[in-house]
Amino acid sequence: MKERIGVYICHCGGNISDYVDVEKVRQAVEHEKGVALAKTTLFACSDANQNDMVEDIRTHNLDGVIVASCSPKLHLTTFRNVTERGELNKYTYVHTNIREQASWAHSNDKEGATDKAIRLVKAAIAKSRFAEPLYPNLFEAEKTIAVIGAGIAGMKAAAALADKQTEVLLIEKEHRVGGHTATWGTLAMTEESGSTLTERIYHDLLRRENVTIMTGTEVISSKGSIGNFTLKVRKRPTKDGDPVETAEFTVGSVVVATGFDSYQPKEGELGFAQSDNVITLPEFRHLIDRAEGKELVYNGRKIRHIAYIYCVGSRQTNGENTYCSRFCCTSAIHASILVKKKFAKINNYHLNRGIRTYGKQELLYAESLAMGDLYLQWGEETPPAVVMEGKGATITLRDILSSNRELELEADLVVLVTGMVPRADNSVGTLFKLPRGRDRFFNEVHMKLRPVETVIDGVTIAGSCQGPKNITESVNSALSAATKSFSLISKGTLETEPIVAEVNSDICSWCGKCAEACPFDAILQKEVGGKTVAMVNNSVCKGCGMCAPVCPPDAINLINYSSEEIMSMIDALA
Amino acid sequence: MKKSARILVFSTEKISDPAVDMAGLLKLHYPPTVYTITVPCSSGIKPGWILHAYERGFDGVFIAADGSDCVYGESCTEKTGNLVADTHERMKARSLDPARLRMAAICSVCSEAFVKQIRSFNEYLIKTTNA
Repeated sequence: MKERIGVYICHCGGNISDYVDVEKVRQAVEHEKGVALAKTTLFACSDANQNDMVEDIRTHNLDGVIVASCSPKLHLTTFRNVTERGELNKYTYVHTNIREQASWAHSNDKEGATDKAIRLVKAAIAKSRFAEPLYPNLFEAEKTIAVIGAGIAGMKAAAALADKQTEVLLIEKEHRVGGHTATWGTLAMTEESGSTLTERIYHDLLRRENVTIMTGTEVISSKGSIGNFTLKVRKRPTKDGDPVETAEFTVGSVVVATGFDSYQPKEGELGFAQSDNVITLPEFRHLIDRAEGKELVYNGRKIRHIAYIYCVGSRQTNGENTYCSRFCCTSAIHASILVKKKFAKINNYHLNRGIRTYGKQELLYAESLAMGDLYLQWGEETPPAVVMEGKGATITLRDILSSNRELELEADLVVLVTGMVPRADNSVGTLFKLPRGRDRFFNEVHMKLRPVETVIDGVTIAGSCQGPKNITESVNSALSAATKSFSLISKGTLETEPIVAEVNSDICSWCGKCAEACPFDAILQKEVGGKTVAMVNNSVCKGCGMCAPVCPPDAINLINYSSEEIMSMIDALA
Repeated sequence: MKKSARILVFSTEKISDPAVDMAGLLKLHYPPTVYTITVPCSSGIKPGWILHAYERGFDGVFIAADGSDCVYGESCTEKTGNLVADTHERMKARSLDPARLRMAAICSVCSEAFVKQIRSFNEYLIKTTNA
């Protein structure tokens, strides 16, 4: 029974303390039985606080530690490690979540959130009193890593993993690699074509013996968990009559790089689908990449005046895509420079909501201005109106940059600068149960502290499946995801939690119900003091606890989840 | 009459906990008198714990079950169902309304489903227990 517990209540900057009165929580728990020390801290996870905790464990002779902060998915391991640095067994550490489950869930009710946080911390103290030292079991992890999606992010992740001398399976649903990038002509900033770039990476991968590239292949099921995922894949037939082949692979971790879809405007949205002269940015890119001659011709008509309407499908006030798609300002300006360089008589009009050519991409904006492009800016309340007239379009808008004056301009071609949306096909996300955020892209555990990681241990996310990104950003995230996926299994062994079932042989009189309930055959019979009782084989027990509720005399408890512990937590919460 | 009932939630570490956490992340509000105790698997919950919660004044107990997503195997759904049925019997014997124990499968991304379930359970409990 713990008698010297240290309790740390985190402000999380203001994420917790804006809604939960953390000082009130501290005062409510400081005199609880077994509590030797209770502190609030601005950031429990900061280096400074971690060092203070290690110091406190030594100077106050603590025998248990509790942090009340964010989800354990984020920092359970962090604080278990702190506990170890203080020379306590890491399983004596108890975590409680007063952010996702108190301050954020009840941000509409400060009093309610504070009261809940107090009870959650008291329940953690109740649990902590029972927390005994435990020692993890080790198991062997498979060292092959699967990368799903062979766009630029997936291919770069595969190359980075191959550098680490690990086996890599690169699985692509389409019959070709390269994703969106392979379909693009000259790219912004580097002036290389998208297809040249992806071919270069593809040829690099082909030379590597430890990379297996499977195109036209879908992952159709996943079983197991970190260290041992069994992926079943199906080869898509290239033509009718080809046999459907399936295969199974065991991998230690998975990088998901399934990319994005381009936003498809609705019919009538800014004239889309009502006239041939309103096209999306990807369509415009294909047009100018292929166009030849002295004049740009589209639908048999010479194009002189091009209007680009920005933020179509992004930064929506009334739609669900409230995010900025990041790449599109740069991509539209880059396309407008390309078209003007290729066809001298072009006039470009950029109808934007504020240009976001951040970083070095600002050079493109400067170049476009120097070339004489016109920039008009509209506000979210007054979007431009597109009226098709004859073979062209008349666009009216209120230009913020000229005192909200209503302007009218005529264009031969309207380019809707469309952004990125999450893949409509979420089959890979569904397979691994990857959570999606409010923007419907896959969610990282934490954008700053645990980027590219998901709450599913062993599954990382790379590139634009996590959110809109340009190529540079996609490749950066791919290299991070590759390194993270590799580091998870690089030791070759993984720890499993030492949570197993325990039988009280004084009470047990062998009826066999626990053995029937166990899905892993972990329960055996044993003779103790002249009677037959149940015994748990610790190396086989997975710690699910299925045996515990079925025991008639209640002789089985799961370590860390005993009836005593759970009931004392219930008492604290009541 | 209170606006919110006291509800104890048994949630599972790998499946429903992420959904409960994400409900907070998405600020999908639910009554602050809803408390979660994490267990590895919903089929490891003892009926005695649930009964203890009523004794200690909880209006309702909600099992955020693993369903077919359970990492420990497919038998979880049936076993969780069995323990709920067993608890219902014991509740009847104690003249407790069996509907004060509710179970629903909550997958790791089912935040909205979780909040919807909790809100409707809360309404039921307020109506029936005069909490």
